[in-house]
Amino acid sequence: MINMTADMTITSVKKQETTPDLHSPPLIEVDNLDLYYGKTQALKNISLKLKERVVTAFIGPSGCGKSTLLRCFNRMNDLIDNVHITGMIKIGGQDINDDIDVIELRKHVGMVFQRSNPFPKSIYENIAYGLRLQGKSNRSELDGIVEHSLRGAALWEEVKDRLHTSALGLSGGQQQRLCIARAIAIRPTIILMDEPASALDPLATAKIEELILELKKEFTIVIVTHNMQQAARISDDTAFFYLGELIEFNTTTKIFTNPKEKRTEDYVTGRFG
Amino acid sequence: MNATVESKSVSFDVRTHRFNYASFFFTGLTGAATYLIVAILVIILGNIAIKGWSHFNWHFLTGGTEKMFDVDTAGILPMIVGTTIRVILMTMFVVPTGVITAVYLTEYAHNTSIFTRIIRGAVNNLAGVPSIVFGLFGLGFFIEFIGKDMDAILHAGGTAPVWGKPAMIWASLTLAVMTLPVVIVATEESLRAIPQGLREASLALGATKLETILKIVVPQALPGILTGAILAIGRAAGEVAPILFTGAAYYMADMPHSVTDQFMDLAYHVFILSTQSPNVEQTRPILYATVLALLMLTFTLNIVAIFIRSRMRAKMHALQ
Repeated sequence: MINMTADMTITSVKKQETTPDLHSPPLIEVDNLDLYYGKTQALKNISLKLKERVVTAFIGPSGCGKSTLLRCFNRMNDLIDNVHITGMIKIGGQDINDDIDVIELRKHVGMVFQRSNPFPKSIYENIAYGLRLQGKSNRSELDGIVEHSLRGAALWEEVKDRLHTSALGLSGGQQQRLCIARAIAIRPTIILMDEPASALDPLATAKIEELILELKKEFTIVIVTHNMQQAARISDDTAFFYLGELIEFNTTTKIFTNPKEKRTEDYVTGRFG
Repeated sequence: MNATVESKSVSFDVRTHRFNYASFFFTGLTGAATYLIVAILVIILGNIAIKGWSHFNWHFLTGGTEKMFDVDTAGILPMIVGTTIRVILMTMFVVPTGVITAVYLTEYAHNTSIFTRIIRGAVNNLAGVPSIVFGLFGLGFFIEFIGKDMDAILHAGGTAPVWGKPAMIWASLTLAVMTLPVVIVATEESLRAIPQGLREASLALGATKLETILKIVVPQALPGILTGAILAIGRAAGEVAPILFTGAAYYMADMPHSVTDQFMDLAYHVFILSTQSPNVEQTRPILYATVLALLMLTFTLNIVAIFIRSRMRAKMHALQ
């Protein structure tokens, strides 16, 4: 069993009591991470530290390993055969590739996928799913969390009169916000977003971006995106990946205005990718 | 003026049409093949319906079998009961077994492992085994091996065998083994059709693999599972060979009382009426009516299953 709950509560309490603490440990620490799909190396010697309650964007051309790294944080790569990892990932001070309870980890590290994937259930049941898994079945408690989560995902006003209709009847953008509501319903510490707006129209994308900026107040967000304007608009820090390597990691402002690496500059200015 | 200009600018004449003999021939051939199939079906069903209908009445359907070759008094209720129960029992055995196997194959097994390949090969080969071989297997495995051993343990010292003889349960189990591939394949197909994203979404919310399978995957696959059940029922209802040695009786004075009893069966009865009758010509009306009853029973069982499936689909989509 992993004792993450306690650790994380302590960290967040500390944060509230004191002014932003430069000495507090980073929430996600990646150290010398190598990842192989069979014999192909997908991630090469990645090391980076992600801060709490900031939005970190992973950018880079397709196949650069940014999604693979993201899926390391909630051990989603476990689903794929032949994945081999060396190096270390610590979340809240815990080595998550250790012999930990993956289920417990995923309650703390939520995920929103590229293609919205609501369950073929009602809107209400989609949100309640993760809560029911945790044994919560008290109707009024569930009602409260469902409303709170939908409000948190800026979806409540649109769906409050049809909570018990199918989630599949929602538009693409609404479905994606439902998936965000579903993820925040179980109160994770971190939310991983794998190109959450890539299948959406500009209006729906704008709503998701607005939402991410709002969620930042409560959650630590790591977002993979192909859209560099999006990364520039919503993220505080940006990591640029290329061919499985972390080329540059810095504040978003520096990455976009004053990159140290030539390849970063070429990519963010659209010269390749 | 206009017309001349147009005829000059259009350099080909669309009205000229050369008759394409090859196309005509093959279109005709495929059409004929299709109509032939429909015609055969209509002839078979029509023949049975017309000749069976005259004898198909309430008395015949609800009557007993005191005199099974007597045109005036013979009834087929015991056979209807026997066939219905053996099909339902079979469904109860085959659906859980098939679904669990399919879930293992799609959700747990590594597709490339030798073990999985052996299971898949076995399932495919099972589908190709002649049904009489299943009958012999049922006799050897269920009755002689399992049944006799159960008697030795549960009824040691008893004179008459309780389990170690042809019985409804063994006939149903034999049919279940025979129809297992149908259920496995249908279930596997519907499991594969479920987007991987749904499984990932569930796991990412902290569900275990088992929770994901029970709460997301299997409910989604239910219509497909029922399709498998429908196909299994359709195949099993009319089969005689697998139950010949394992449970079907030529004649029984009484209805079966427990799963260890033998039973009379509609399909087997058709065989008896057409080969064992003392006067085939005279008993022909019963034969036709019995065949009609068998067809109707098969259709009814299918329709019930299809009805349940459509209800289930409606329930799944009603939310939309």
